[in-house]
Amino acid sequence: MPRRVAPGEVVLSIEHLAVNFGGLAALADLNFTVCDGEIVGLIGPNGAGKTTAFNVFTGFLSPTNGEVRYRGTLLNGLKPHEITALGLVRTFQRTSIFHNNSVFENVLIGLHRRGRSTLWDTLLAMPREKAAERELAEKAYDILRLVGLERRSAELAGTLPYGEQRLLGIALALAAQPSMLLLDEPVSGMNANETGRVMKLVESIRASGVTILLVEHDMPMVMQVSDRIVVLNYGRIIAEGAPAVIQGNPEVIRAYLGEGRKRA
Amino acid sequence: MKRALPAFWLIVILTIPLWLQDQYILHILITTGIFIIAAMSLNLLLGYTGQLSLGHVAFFGIGAYASALTTLGFDVELFSGFRVVHEPWPAVIGFFVGTAVAGMSGFVIGRLSFKVRGAYFVIVTISFAEVTRLVALNWVELTQGPLALTNIPPYTLGFPGLGEYTLWNKTAYYYLVVVVGVLAYVIISRLVGSRIGRAMIALKENETLASSVGIDVTRYLVLAAVVSAAVAGGAGSLYAHYLKIVDPDIFLFIYTVTMVIMVITGGKGTLAGPIVGGIIFGFLPVIVRPIAAPAVQWILYGGLMIVIVFILPQGIVPAVQRWPANRTLSRRKPAGVALANNSNPSDRQ
Amino acid sequence: MDQFLQHLVNAVILGGTYALLGIGLTLIFGIMRVVNFTHGELYAFGAYTVYFVAAALGLDFFLGLLVAVVAGALLGALIEITLLRPMRGADIDTVMLVMIGAWIVMQNTELLVWGGVAKAIVTPFPDSPLVIGPVSISWLRVFVLVVAFLLIIGSYLIIHRTKLGKAMRATFQDTDTAALMGVNIRGVYTATFAFGSALAAAAGALLGPVFLVTPTMGDLASLKAFAIVILGGLGNITGATIGGFILALVEEIGAGYISSGYRDAMGFLIIIVVLLFKPTGLFARAERVG
Repeated sequence: MPRRVAPGEVVLSIEHLAVNFGGLAALADLNFTVCDGEIVGLIGPNGAGKTTAFNVFTGFLSPTNGEVRYRGTLLNGLKPHEITALGLVRTFQRTSIFHNNSVFENVLIGLHRRGRSTLWDTLLAMPREKAAERELAEKAYDILRLVGLERRSAELAGTLPYGEQRLLGIALALAAQPSMLLLDEPVSGMNANETGRVMKLVESIRASGVTILLVEHDMPMVMQVSDRIVVLNYGRIIAEGAPAVIQGNPEVIRAYLGEGRKRA
Repeated sequence: MKRALPAFWLIVILTIPLWLQDQYILHILITTGIFIIAAMSLNLLLGYTGQLSLGHVAFFGIGAYASALTTLGFDVELFSGFRVVHEPWPAVIGFFVGTAVAGMSGFVIGRLSFKVRGAYFVIVTISFAEVTRLVALNWVELTQGPLALTNIPPYTLGFPGLGEYTLWNKTAYYYLVVVVGVLAYVIISRLVGSRIGRAMIALKENETLASSVGIDVTRYLVLAAVVSAAVAGGAGSLYAHYLKIVDPDIFLFIYTVTMVIMVITGGKGTLAGPIVGGIIFGFLPVIVRPIAAPAVQWILYGGLMIVIVFILPQGIVPAVQRWPANRTLSRRKPAGVALANNSNPSDRQ
Repeated sequence: MDQFLQHLVNAVILGGTYALLGIGLTLIFGIMRVVNFTHGELYAFGAYTVYFVAAALGLDFFLGLLVAVVAGALLGALIEITLLRPMRGADIDTVMLVMIGAWIVMQNTELLVWGGVAKAIVTPFPDSPLVIGPVSISWLRVFVLVVAFLLIIGSYLIIHRTKLGKAMRATFQDTDTAALMGVNIRGVYTATFAFGSALAAAAGALLGPVFLVTPTMGDLASLKAFAIVILGGLGNITGATIGGFILALVEEIGAGYISSGYRDAMGFLIIIVVLLFKPTGLFARAERVG
């Protein structure tokens, strides 16, 4: 069971994390921490290792070396659903929703962990099963209201415009009861309006007590939303600090200029 | 209206033997009903959980053989000197044994499927069924091989002391099949409309996403396989005790194909699909038999299958459900949406 | 020991034709990712064509072989164009169903046309076998071995030395890139299916005279072909060749020393055992065309 942490204490700790694919080092000796209640932005040029890092943190990839701990529990070797059960939940950039189900059903699926009914409860149609289902349905609507999709609840997720699909992806992650959320490029491909909506959502999620680590390429967005920035290049951290400091850091600028400025 | 529909059909089904005189048609109804139960169980695994299992007849056959052997008793030598002797038990217990043994083999397949994917899984499941057939054919001491297990006694229902009823005639058997069928339908529909069912559907749609929201993929795959196999095994038991004979041909790939045709043409992933598909492909032989040789019949079925898959790839039931929505062009609702705002997944047909 | 040598020789001869079956399917399965249920039917078709030409029409046996291979290629192309091409992009289980439907239609057509009685094909080879030490081989089987080897080498040459082969290898590696590079994907698919079907028909044409010709002979052939593909790796001709020999060897040894009733189960057991331990196939890293 993950320990309770006092506000400000470290929740996610990454030590000497390394991932090698054949001869290529996707991550090399990564060390950093995230504290309770923070919003940390992880940035870096393409190929820097950000997605690889996320995949390791959430159990989709095994590291070659190093340890990842969440609230004291070692994550190495755990399966994705076990890591989710500890409270660490991620979103995806591409495979983010269940296209053939309605928006409402999507969130209901996300609420899977919250349900407690067993096979026999289901087969015998016990009244507590019906009560549990009602509760889940209410919770689903709460989450849809939080992300602003309640008017779309009956529509097929695959027919939603792109921006709203990404919002649904966040709703899915929220449904899984995260104490820490890993957002994978939450505003990529979005216009200014949609980006603003997500930024407000991120703040309100943090206000409800969830720690956030996000990967993003949209510089204005991530600089504005984050308390702290971590910069990755070639699988290593090259800078860490407050957004204002990072923006002026010559090494960071060099890393980005190396392959062209990105909306910085 | 939607809720009244199944009840209406149920009443129709229950009253059929009251007016149907033709024993042959009754026989067809019974065997079709048994196959529909098997098809419904396949639908759980293939349609809802998305596992391409083409060895389903193995569960059906295992249930049949287990039930028959429990009821007939057997005496085999497993290896030098170690004999296993089983005395005959009542047929009803055979039903439960058949269901349980089939369920266990479903567990094995479920665990396997976690490791093996896609087209390879298809091949593994087909191989599993073939190996089961060859075992049934060659382990003569246990199964009588091609000579078949015969004189399988019918079920005897009742309580000792209060009175017993042995199912000898077709009408009694028909009602038994209807009861088991309704039971299977209720089990599957409750499962599918629940949190467990949602997990299965989620892992069919997008396994990565499902596991990221906390769904234990292996566990639900295995659960689907076990329930699916158990129901198929129960249907197999019904088959064995109805025909009173069971031989290795029960494991032939062509029976799996029949079930798959029923599910996919009817509409996989829908509750009514296997029933509709089952009725069509259960009764087609009756209509076609008088006018064509067996080989021609099968050419017809094969051709029909191809045609239906080309024209209605989702199956018949979803196409019928979409029909009213397609006609009202003014309402630009996305296809397949028939949910009101207070939608509940268990309303989904 | 003598027995063992005989089994070994039998296995080599059988293995050659199994290799043809396997090469054909590994190309189709590997490049097109289609679970080809009709592969066994092409095998049976090859055998029946030889029967038709040699026995029914009374023409030359060798002509029958040639016709079988050519007709197999044409039939394969027909199947691909009418059934598979319209299904491009559909669910894998939908395509499977179409292939199953085709299999049902083909097998029952054969049943209708030829009847269910097994047919024998008479060949122009001398009856007395070739005897080398403790081993005796019929001349027919020697011929089968030689032709099978020639066809295996021929397949290898086609894949590695021709433009078509290059196109097939490119399509296998990355369909999208191949298309962007100007490869006619539709053409490659049709050619692949035709080529694979021709090989299956050749295998059937060669084994038809050795065993008997029945409408259901294709079923086991299909399953064995899949076992070989799994053993050897998708798209891997060398692997399929080796796999074919391994399967034949296992069958011969199993039938000879364990039990002949379970002979055909060997293939399935291989499949199950291999995939249990290596779910991606024995030579997963060797997945390539050629």
